[in-house]
Amino acid sequence: MPSPNETPSFSHLRDKALQLRRNMLIQAAGKGQGYLGQGFGLAEFFAALYFHELNFDPKYPQAPDRDRFYMSTGHYSIALWAVFAEIGLIPKDTLTTYGADESPLEMSTIEGHVPGVEMTGGSLGHGLGIAAGAALGLRIQHNPARVFVEISDGELQEGSTWEAATAASAFRLDNLVCFNDCNGIQADGALVVPMEPVADKWRAFGWDVQEVDGNALEELIGAMHWARACRGKPKVIVMRTRPGRGIARLEAREQAHFIRVEGNEWDTLGRELELENA
Amino acid sequence: MLKGRTLGMGELEAVENRASKLAPFATGAIAAQEAHGDVVLLTADLGKYTDTYPFRDRFPDRFYNVGMAEQALVMVAAGLARTGLSAYCTTYGAFATRRAHDFLAIACAHGGANVKMFAGNPGLTTGYGGTHQAIEDLALVRAVPDMTVIDPCDATEMQQIAEQAREMEGTVYCRLLRGNVPVVFDPATHRFELGKAKRIGSGTDIGFISTGFMTERCLDASAGLAELGIKASVLHCATIKPFDTEAVAAFAASVDKVVTAENHVTVGGLASLVLDALYANGVMKPLLKIGIPDRFIECGSIPYLQTRYGLTAARVREQVAQWLGAGAQAAE
Repeated sequence: MPSPNETPSFSHLRDKALQLRRNMLIQAAGKGQGYLGQGFGLAEFFAALYFHELNFDPKYPQAPDRDRFYMSTGHYSIALWAVFAEIGLIPKDTLTTYGADESPLEMSTIEGHVPGVEMTGGSLGHGLGIAAGAALGLRIQHNPARVFVEISDGELQEGSTWEAATAASAFRLDNLVCFNDCNGIQADGALVVPMEPVADKWRAFGWDVQEVDGNALEELIGAMHWARACRGKPKVIVMRTRPGRGIARLEAREQAHFIRVEGNEWDTLGRELELENA
Repeated sequence: MLKGRTLGMGELEAVENRASKLAPFATGAIAAQEAHGDVVLLTADLGKYTDTYPFRDRFPDRFYNVGMAEQALVMVAAGLARTGLSAYCTTYGAFATRRAHDFLAIACAHGGANVKMFAGNPGLTTGYGGTHQAIEDLALVRAVPDMTVIDPCDATEMQQIAEQAREMEGTVYCRLLRGNVPVVFDPATHRFELGKAKRIGSGTDIGFISTGFMTERCLDASAGLAELGIKASVLHCATIKPFDTEAVAAFAASVDKVVTAENHVTVGGLASLVLDALYANGVMKPLLKIGIPDRFIECGSIPYLQTRYGLTAARVREQVAQWLGAGAQAAE
């Protein structure tokens, strides 16, 4: 698996982001629905994380020295399965079983069901605190591995997120990097309670902050390199992402939290991604 | 009557003629860390009141206080456990189960995280009213799949459980007895065994089935009942989950009448477990439930509250004698 290198090939990462979107579309087409908006919005992030930054060997998903990635938003599983198929953790032909009864590729992540899943996501507001505990545990054991966690902007409404942010700052967990996906939507639509200014909130809690266009690979990689260099505080990268990014007609949807598509529409979407057999 | 066992902030105070031991939880946790080196102890602004300071002073780099934040307490413990450490945490049971329930269930029990929650102020061991009295905690945590639940009787069990907890599989919720805790069981001979009920005595007129420090009260009440010619025995069920259904059914079958006794509401706790066990095994015996009524309890001194709500040895004896008297009258 890719080990962090300083000069990524952006064309390679762009190809990976496209392939992740294709893998997500295959899943949603199989199920007829899914959390495509969120997954597509994070395709560049997942490409940058798994194909550049994360020290993770899919042959040894439990290796003690691996970097940890905690995905708090369990319903983004569609994106994680897309990654796992691409790095060989799961066979590609299982993608069509996404969300089907008895398929391991569940609509939300459950620890222990698929190797490489570090936590049960979905009860929102859990990820940051678990990641903080893991960062503390690695530091106590002098383990140089780093801890990455993804949380959503909706999760900033959970009080537990700020309890965790306080603890991470108090314990000076500089081996912890949080990716805050700000896509502007939650279950009931556009953010029902405004959370801005997000970056200032993090700063007030004692975190080092970078704000990036989460769909711009160069900015993401730049922020990841910045996070490696900062010492003394936990770091957060506030990612402004566009739900459904990558397919114009998905991006234009108002209710992008959970996407249902009519049967004949999948082919049209597939053609936009130049998906074979679409 | 008011042989107060618990005073002030809720320390269990030694009764006459019974030895006590200070901070047995800390002694056990220190022993676990000394032997294995993988323990981290976390608390949420209740370090002083949950007997953690001896551990902190011995292992300062293995002690973390997250402040008044029980959700963070449990999440951080869940994360620590995922890196191979044994995460011990302390807070009050009221906050652990009401405030942090989702985190105990999903961040811990769901993935079998090696998190051991030691929860202070169980039942009526504090005079601070409904906010601080964990009177329904056992019902809440025992309903969570894959959770182990323990209500120890005395200092001997408290210390042994703290020492053994890191070896218990998955997530454990254990009630914490703090301060000067009575020694009921002889540490030289008593061995806490997870999931095993322990019979004390051979009387068959009354069979007490008890958990937590109510076992001590039932043992003392048995002595009083013997003076009335009533022979009792006690089945101590420190482990609430997994519950020793077999031993409970066999014990109940061996006695005339059953009395359950718990420092907990009689809803969803020991009494419910015993009734399930007896019905499932076809053992039908008259049964009296002793425990906290289904209501929030007021502030008050601990001796007052325990007496008022029937948890002292004297009140246990009185309730049983009354029940038997009423039974005798009805039979006449």
